[in-house]
Amino acid sequence: MATEFHNLQELRHSASLANKVFIQRDYSEGTTCKFQTKFPSELESRVELTLFEETVKTLNNFYAEAEKIGGQSYLEGCLACATAYLIFLCMETRYEKVLKKIAKYIQEQNEKIYAPRGLLITDPIERGMRVIEISIYEDRGSSGSSSSSSSVSGSTAR
Amino acid sequence: MKSREYQQIDPKALPTPTQTPPSHQHQAVGDDGRKDPRTPRRKWEVFPGKNRFFCDGRIMMARQSGVFPLTLGLILVTSGLFFIFDCPFLVKHLTSSIPAIGGVLFVFVLITLLQTSFTDPGILPRATPEEAADIERQIDDTGNTSYRPPPRTKEVLINQQVIKLKYCFTCKMFRPPRTSHCSLCDNCVERFDHHCPWVGNCVGKRNYRFFYTFIVSLSFLTAFIFGCVTTHLALRAKGGKGLMFALQESPGSAVELAICFFSVWSILGLSGFHTYLVASNLTTNEDIKGSWSGKSGEAVTNPYSHKNIFINCCSVLCAPMPPSLIDRRGFLPADELAQTSGVDLELPNPNTKSDINVCVQGPKGLLESAALTPLLATSCPQGKPQTALPCPENISALNSDPSLELSQRCGGTHHISKTYGSTSPPLPTKGRLHKHKRASSHTPRPTFDDHVSPSSHDGNHRSTARGHRGAKFATLQ
Repeated sequence: MATEFHNLQELRHSASLANKVFIQRDYSEGTTCKFQTKFPSELESRVELTLFEETVKTLNNFYAEAEKIGGQSYLEGCLACATAYLIFLCMETRYEKVLKKIAKYIQEQNEKIYAPRGLLITDPIERGMRVIEISIYEDRGSSGSSSSSSSVSGSTAR
Repeated sequence: MKSREYQQIDPKALPTPTQTPPSHQHQAVGDDGRKDPRTPRRKWEVFPGKNRFFCDGRIMMARQSGVFPLTLGLILVTSGLFFIFDCPFLVKHLTSSIPAIGGVLFVFVLITLLQTSFTDPGILPRATPEEAADIERQIDDTGNTSYRPPPRTKEVLINQQVIKLKYCFTCKMFRPPRTSHCSLCDNCVERFDHHCPWVGNCVGKRNYRFFYTFIVSLSFLTAFIFGCVTTHLALRAKGGKGLMFALQESPGSAVELAICFFSVWSILGLSGFHTYLVASNLTTNEDIKGSWSGKSGEAVTNPYSHKNIFINCCSVLCAPMPPSLIDRRGFLPADELAQTSGVDLELPNPNTKSDINVCVQGPKGLLESAALTPLLATSCPQGKPQTALPCPENISALNSDPSLELSQRCGGTHHISKTYGSTSPPLPTKGRLHKHKRASSHTPRPTFDDHVSPSSHDGNHRSTARGHRGAKFATLQ
């Protein structure tokens, strides 16, 4: 389906942003960070459902791990309280460690799966953990881009 | 499906917020002479909320510091007098552990106070233009044909209970559960508790534990000093010398006595109240509004409570520290330097074709938005300076609850007026009880301003974006 080009520098400028899809938060379990796994219709022609679901599920698992309340977090909280929370200035919190893992995972997914299909996932932390923003790129020169842009502008103009 | 050639996007080549200045990545896209590409700006400099930043974005407070200097002054003065006047006498007559305990408590109180005041309470960054447009599109998709603007709410199911999420007109997003928009700071804050004028900041998800530790340790400190001063004066007045003699010998103790006597009750009361809130996993906001007390007659319970006091306490106080979502010290990408408040400009067509190395919108988008701005500015009334009603300044001697109750109610009425957006002139919005001067540096934000009633601003937005359809809104019920 997708042809991979390895001369990235040359062809980088040929792609252009066509649309952005936003995966919203799933609040069914409360305020913990979890994203909906509903497959957006705009991505149907771009990426397989299973790959997309796996990405979102892995991200949800990462966030659940970051926010997990268990024995270790109790100890950390009590220790932090005893030091008047000064420990937060010195140490990297568990959440921050997981966020680094998430950033690496997203970059890896982008490189392996999404960029070859003309998509790009933005780390949710850059959008206030509200949405997973997936940018859809089109080859500027191809005829397909004009049709997609007209369909997009058609939906906005109505 | 046509066989398309998708270019492999190099993720590293795309602009993402980095910690290093972007000047070497981008050519001068915004070569308008306003910003020298060699001096990149940090994101806190263009932060749209009403906050003050110090130490190059490391420290932040609300713009209205309230009575934070008074709080700090009272604590320092009282503790200072205690160490100077009472400690020497008590060390001589009782034990030397008294200044030690007092010192530890004092340091604890000071550190937690500064952390409460200077930490990001959990501010949600405002929606990007594309996000806002996407939400607007979704709202419109479920539209109805009536001209009456419907309440902008979305219902979600949380632990089998229906919760209504409100749309925030300033931040242009549906507020997550337990998030509230602080009118004083003009930010949506996650797990919003209240805006505390004593501390000069909002109390939200990220600094609630600091706040709780602060008031608990302050109540210990106040009670401790009160007890020590009483003991001191009692010891001095022993032997028939009388209280007046004791006070004359140690005048500082009189000041301490007065301060501690009046504040210990309110602070103890506040600590007790917040202990109750922590144990039931409630926020002050929810408690005052009665969200879960079933006032409306329905059987509603708090869906966030774990039904166990210990687990509730731990989840509020010992949960992992969430990160700050506003990247204060990150550098702005070079193309965003051209717009002072980029997130406030909403493109009618966010899907402009733009160059790959332009982050949010290309030059064409900038031109479009620049063309639109004068049109929007003339259509909608600009933010007028609001008269400052004494709500945030209403510092009762007792505690912050009455003032915050007022601000909650103010916030509440504001939300109601936004939710049931009426076509009447924006009188409800003018009744907001806070100083609301829009600095000129905040323009262009003509329409997405809280002063404007939803009907007029949305109507204009739609008329410009979709060709004069009038004020047409969607019901989301």
